[in-house]
Amino acid sequence: MTSTKHVRGVDDLGKDSILEILELSNHFLEVSNRRIPKVPALRGKTVASLFFEDSTRTRLSFEKAAKRLSADVMNFSVSSSSVKKGESLRDTIETISSMGAEAIVVRHKSVGVPWMITEWTDASVVNAGDGAHEHPTQSLADCYTITRQFGSVEGKRIVIVGDIKHSRVARSNVKAFSALGAKVALVAPPTLLPSSVDNWPVDVIEDLDVAIKEADVLYLLRMQLERQKESLVPSLREYTNFYGLTLDRSQKLQKSSIIMHPGPMNRGVEITGDIPAFPNALITNQVGNGVIVRMAVLYHLLGSGVGLAGLHSEGEEDG
Amino acid sequence: MAVQEDGTTPHIRGVFVARSEVMDSDDVRRALWRMAHEILEHNHGISNVALVGLQTGGVPLARKLAENLAEIEGSNIPVGYLDVAFYRDDIGLRPVSPREPTEIPFDLSDKTVVLVDDVLFTGRTIRAALDAVTDFGRPASVQLAVMVDRGHRELPIRPDFVGKNIPTRRDELVDVRENSVQIGEYKESNE
Repeated sequence: MTSTKHVRGVDDLGKDSILEILELSNHFLEVSNRRIPKVPALRGKTVASLFFEDSTRTRLSFEKAAKRLSADVMNFSVSSSSVKKGESLRDTIETISSMGAEAIVVRHKSVGVPWMITEWTDASVVNAGDGAHEHPTQSLADCYTITRQFGSVEGKRIVIVGDIKHSRVARSNVKAFSALGAKVALVAPPTLLPSSVDNWPVDVIEDLDVAIKEADVLYLLRMQLERQKESLVPSLREYTNFYGLTLDRSQKLQKSSIIMHPGPMNRGVEITGDIPAFPNALITNQVGNGVIVRMAVLYHLLGSGVGLAGLHSEGEEDG
Repeated sequence: MAVQEDGTTPHIRGVFVARSEVMDSDDVRRALWRMAHEILEHNHGISNVALVGLQTGGVPLARKLAENLAEIEGSNIPVGYLDVAFYRDDIGLRPVSPREPTEIPFDLSDKTVVLVDDVLFTGRTIRAALDAVTDFGRPASVQLAVMVDRGHRELPIRPDFVGKNIPTRRDELVDVRENSVQIGEYKESNE
């Protein structure tokens, strides 16, 4: 068992811990399929979720994961909280810690918040998205989805299409996929590629029609509608023509390939027609797997006893 | 002396150094044959019986018991596998990791469930298993079969079917395999 205190970014985990969490997820998949899909593993532990930025699906996913592990959940809702009265982030974190929370799940529009708040609390910090930086639990859900489909992420050609520059999902996924030995390619308008992309462990392919043929996984990103206002793309229709998954284009996928999207989708922009309902579109699987890997993350941090190495040899187990 | 990793009770990360073999391959085979007969006798047949082996030590024993029961009675009985990690009472006190996924592809409600494990020691694993079993249904009754009862109970739990009672020291280890039962000690591994 590797030792992990926080899951702020993919680098907090590394290959070994990612694989451990994916393995642990198999156990929670089984738990989730039970008549009573709940285990008492984290009874008495508290998971606080602090979402400074709107998100329904990620917050609900963490909440469901924590409840299936019998943890208590404290939801801190920014719109009705003291943040509106001008409380500082530090005071908010210290207040939550004083009430007692073993894990803090945080989403914030500013990059680096999950790292900063570890200075102010003893709780484990889980990043649920910080600006355009990282979203590690989405990556774990995606790695698990791919692993369930192909048996492994290693060696797979994963083509990520869309607004790489503003996407925390893309950043975390490039790290996680390449850590697990996938061959990652990015396809995007040049205006939506980050300037640092030369240093990433990826191929940049200009033409989606070329990249799509060799993709085992076609990973579409949400095209944020405001990018057009920022003049980063000429029009959404042109974006769809060059970078959207249209029915015609989907014919070029290999039969064994899968289509993924982190949601929420802009139907008619990055994905069109009935494609989300295709049998090889695993978008709803990603959502279900999100709950399962978040159970694994919370158990990994709070239940598996990492950081307690050395206490295991006293003959307390089994019998 | 045999030196091997894992497979021991309690589960350890160092190495298990065997000191003496208390059951050989024939002893284990005969014990499992007798236990199968006892399960039959006790339950007046196997029509309503299901076996649940505890991961990981109880799994091969549950399989073997099911084979024996099928041979004696001429019909198969359901066998499931249960990992109790998420039900343990020492989560957070020491590293608790599940070993192999649970697999109980049938309803336990109204069945006579025979839990099967390799070694009965403190009783805490069985306590956890009893909690877990109730999440899969409401069994008519739950019984316990173990290859070795080594004493040192910390909870009011007793086995219904026992391969062999073996008095031990608390710090000893018992290693149950399909072809032997050995008592030994834990040695720090030098890795």
